[in-house]
Amino acid sequence: MTDTGYPSLRIAGRYRLRRAAILLILVAAVAILCLMSVATGTREVGWSDLLAALQGHNDDVGQAAVAMRIPRTLLAAMAGAALGLAGAIMQGVTRNPLADPGILGVNNGAAMAVVIGIAWFQMSSAASYVLVAILGAGLTSVFVYAIGSLGRGGATPLKLALAGAATSVAFSSLTIAVVLPRNDIAGGVRSWQIGGVGGATFDRIEMILPAMLVGFLVAMLSARKLNLLALGDEVAAGLGEKVALARGVAALSAVMLCGAATAVCGPIGFVGLVVPHICRLLFGVDHRWLLPCSALGGAALLILADVTGRLIARPSELDVGIVTAFVGAPFFIWIVRRQRVREL
Amino acid sequence: MTDSVSPLEALVTGRLRRIRRLRSVILSLLAAVTAFFALTLMLGQSFTPPGDVLQVLLGQDVPGASFTVGQLRLPRAVISVLAGISFGLGGVAFQILLRNPLASPDIIGVSAGASAAAVFGIVFLSLDGAAVSGLAIIAGLGVALLIYVLSFKGGVSGSRLILIGIGVSAMIDSFIAYALARAPSWDLQEAMRWLSGSVNGARLEQAAPLLISLLVFGGLLLGRRRDLEALRMGDDLAAALGVRVGLTRLLVIFSAVGMIAVATATTGPIAFVAFLSGPIAARIVGPNGSILLPSALVGASLVLIGDYMGQFVLSSRYPVGVVTGALGAPFLIYLIIRANRTGSSL
Repeated sequence: MTDTGYPSLRIAGRYRLRRAAILLILVAAVAILCLMSVATGTREVGWSDLLAALQGHNDDVGQAAVAMRIPRTLLAAMAGAALGLAGAIMQGVTRNPLADPGILGVNNGAAMAVVIGIAWFQMSSAASYVLVAILGAGLTSVFVYAIGSLGRGGATPLKLALAGAATSVAFSSLTIAVVLPRNDIAGGVRSWQIGGVGGATFDRIEMILPAMLVGFLVAMLSARKLNLLALGDEVAAGLGEKVALARGVAALSAVMLCGAATAVCGPIGFVGLVVPHICRLLFGVDHRWLLPCSALGGAALLILADVTGRLIARPSELDVGIVTAFVGAPFFIWIVRRQRVREL
Repeated sequence: MTDSVSPLEALVTGRLRRIRRLRSVILSLLAAVTAFFALTLMLGQSFTPPGDVLQVLLGQDVPGASFTVGQLRLPRAVISVLAGISFGLGGVAFQILLRNPLASPDIIGVSAGASAAAVFGIVFLSLDGAAVSGLAIIAGLGVALLIYVLSFKGGVSGSRLILIGIGVSAMIDSFIAYALARAPSWDLQEAMRWLSGSVNGARLEQAAPLLISLLVFGGLLLGRRRDLEALRMGDDLAAALGVRVGLTRLLVIFSAVGMIAVATATTGPIAFVAFLSGPIAARIVGPNGSILLPSALVGASLVLIGDYMGQFVLSSRYPVGVVTGALGAPFLIYLIIRANRTGSSL
């Protein structure tokens, strides 16, 4: 009992240990899920084949199947991490427990931008998909936030959620209007729109890698600023933070992350909603821990959703977007029930 | 007649004026629906003169016009009107009951539930006709009940109900997407019906269940008109005025869901008609009385106009739901902005 003066420091140290332990467990969980995802599917693969395939062999059907599942698993992990992180940032930036790239319509905005690019501008190069998706996500975020925060009371959860829902409906109507006259692209657009990681290739992963990396980096650097923003705008400004700038930069990273994820997987909802809430239960509200945890949790959730989708609907498969909606919507309802929602 | 009008007289004349005003609004809306109906029968790829249309309607055989008007345009127009009335009436009943324009069945997932059941019945159980309608009604009621129960927490708050409805409809939408992806023959036009609503390929036989549901559920709803109006002032006041609040609420929800579900089983959930009709009707009628009938007529006009625009005004043919969806979303955004500024509803 020497450091009697600062009991809070000791508690902080203990928390840090606990958090590090949970973080390690999460990393292990993601690794195990990755293995599961590579091993399960329509075709069962034995351990020997699995190991051989992971070392690069491609001799029989089992090993070929594993080779097919590797990019898929990787993509699910990356997209999940991006969406989880984007959700955590959006909840931090808007200080709104219901914020999620899916609920706010940001993913749908990115999707519509891509569809318009395909239909009207004959867009086909990989890089342009990502760029256009990020652009669409950005414009949508600004639009939804502007509508949601108009009038007295600022951006309440209900107004933001409604603005997002309205924008989603409008965008899906417009997307249909764009696709309908074009039977040549309709099939591809539809399967992409449900949200899936089934068509993953290393090329596609490569093309979203730069945007994701930049997004991750900026997001992690914004963690401390998000902590300040959580104290309220006045306090944050009083502590010397440039509130608008911090908000903008953090939001930009979220937009890049979910734009890139949507460009390849189509709009996937609810990952960004569920994961940060669970992480907050585990870690508390410190964004320096919350953000990496949300990324890992998002990766774990999306891989799990993908594996579940493959197991439930054997021998065909269920797209991840559907699985996450079925997991996420009840969770959304639970949060709404817990919260005291203000009347509109 | 100078300043010496007694308060009672003023009250009576004011009331009479409002009734007259409401009556004239309903009559002009009725005239508008009739005009739109007649126009959609006459106009199309080719123009059919009114005389020919009348002859076809009277059952005479007119070369050329008999097919285009009798087989193509008439079923479409009839189904549009009936579905529009169902959506308009069902939607406004929800909005009045929950005292919030955003609590319309297409936002809180009731229409989506009926649509999902219809898709499920058609794709997985190979049902058709009345069985699909029945399934849609059951599912619509089930979803309405689910949302109500989920949002019950020492009373039902309107905002909580809407948010939970948004969550439920997200789940149902993804189920519809899944069911459609599993459909054996992938037909985009057919899929569009269940995603956003369409009157393509309407047949006159389909009018029968719609008509029956309008007579039964619509009659039930209009019979409760006065009680519903009283409920607008709040449950306590309504109860004090002698309204049986619980029973009224139950009957209104049952009949509104019934109408919405039968219409959805026929045309799919035509986007935003249920949501738009009430607020538009409220703006036309003003504080002059019940908006139930005006809203039904507005719904019919919306579907007729939307379908005509989707077919002939735009560059390629769109189902009516795409048009109403694109029209309705800006209006929803306007309502969100306005509702916050004034703090009022509907």
